[in-house]
Amino acid sequence: MAQSVRKILFTPVVNENPITLQVLGICSALAVTSKVSTALTMCIALTLVVACSSMLISLIRHYIPTNIRIIIQMTIAASLVIVVDQFLRAFAYEVSRELSVFVSLIVTNCIVMGRAEAFAMKNPPWPSFLDGLGNGLGYSAILLIVGIIRELFGSGSLLGVTILPLIRDGGWYEPNGLLLLPPSAFFLIGLIIWGVRSWKTNQVEQPEFRIQQTHNPTEIIR
Amino acid sequence: MNSLAGLFITAVFVENLALTFFLGMCTFLAISKKIEVAFGMGIAVIVVQTLTVPINNLVYQYLLRDGALVWAGLAEIDLTFLGLVSYLGVIAAIVQILEMFLDRFMPALHSALGIYLPLIAVNCAILGGSLFMVERDYNFTESLVYGLGSGFGWALAIVALAGVRERLKYSDVPDGLQGLGITFISAGLMAMGFMAFSGIRL
Repeated sequence: MAQSVRKILFTPVVNENPITLQVLGICSALAVTSKVSTALTMCIALTLVVACSSMLISLIRHYIPTNIRIIIQMTIAASLVIVVDQFLRAFAYEVSRELSVFVSLIVTNCIVMGRAEAFAMKNPPWPSFLDGLGNGLGYSAILLIVGIIRELFGSGSLLGVTILPLIRDGGWYEPNGLLLLPPSAFFLIGLIIWGVRSWKTNQVEQPEFRIQQTHNPTEIIR
Repeated sequence: MNSLAGLFITAVFVENLALTFFLGMCTFLAISKKIEVAFGMGIAVIVVQTLTVPINNLVYQYLLRDGALVWAGLAEIDLTFLGLVSYLGVIAAIVQILEMFLDRFMPALHSALGIYLPLIAVNCAILGGSLFMVERDYNFTESLVYGLGSGFGWALAIVALAGVRERLKYSDVPDGLQGLGITFISAGLMAMGFMAFSGIRL
């Protein structure tokens, strides 16, 4: 049992990461990562929602009619998201302002629906909870890596604490403004995917077309 | 009138849903392999977005807003917290009705768009459009223009990305970047292009 718990929990973190392999939940991964504090809030919110919604859907999986299952899954996810959203507004108003609509958009985050469809509809509550937790952690890992890189090199601080003193404030670090802008998240995630796939080569996608070598390069040199 | 045109241009270019807010990214990356398919998806998003944003605007103005139920004699009720569930319900219902309507009256269009319509119900660009409409407090006309503009901007972005990806077939991409990785990087370059519009106030 202990073995399988660990397997369900940690497979999604590296081997089947929701962002780099399953292509789920990318919207928020790109939009909230310019600061570590927003990324962290988003990670906690999403992990809680995925884990709880997987567990709840799994609890009632025998009673859900197949043709309306998507609406039921969405209603469960939406109810949980409303709780998280109201909680953030009450206790962390500044962060919830910065996250703007992205907390609400957890509902349509494909991780929630994807895991409900792929795992929770077929498995008992406890493994579903762990699966949701694991996928949330996999998502969080990527989000935090991107968030740390963007905040550290883009504004020289982590969680608002200065690490690299900026030239502007009499230090030595010239911040890289590009990292604070949205496109940098695309590049960073692209590079992370490259890194992960170079390490775990079985995740590499096969190209649809191979480029035909028309000349032997050595012949041209001669 | 002028401000409505400005709102449209802003929604298409300056605040492009796909490339500046990253909404609908999953579909954006998954359905952009071929131009024709991306085009179909784009049209479907424009249609659904133009319908759902104004309807959700009505739902918000006359049912959910603080004090919106005055017409029913319930002035002190604030149902804003139910917004998320209501918008999702409206979107799902509209997608379903649209599918049945197209099936009955325009079979050709239905067979072309059919497979994309269910995908739209879970596309965060659609829900995001409604949420931005609420956050910015648009009135009915503005929400109609915003819905059309944001849908059009999303469609423009996905067709452009599909064009780039069709060309990418001819390039020699490193193994680890094949597929998803290089798509991310090209989308990033496109987003940088769209940043040229940022800061423009209309």
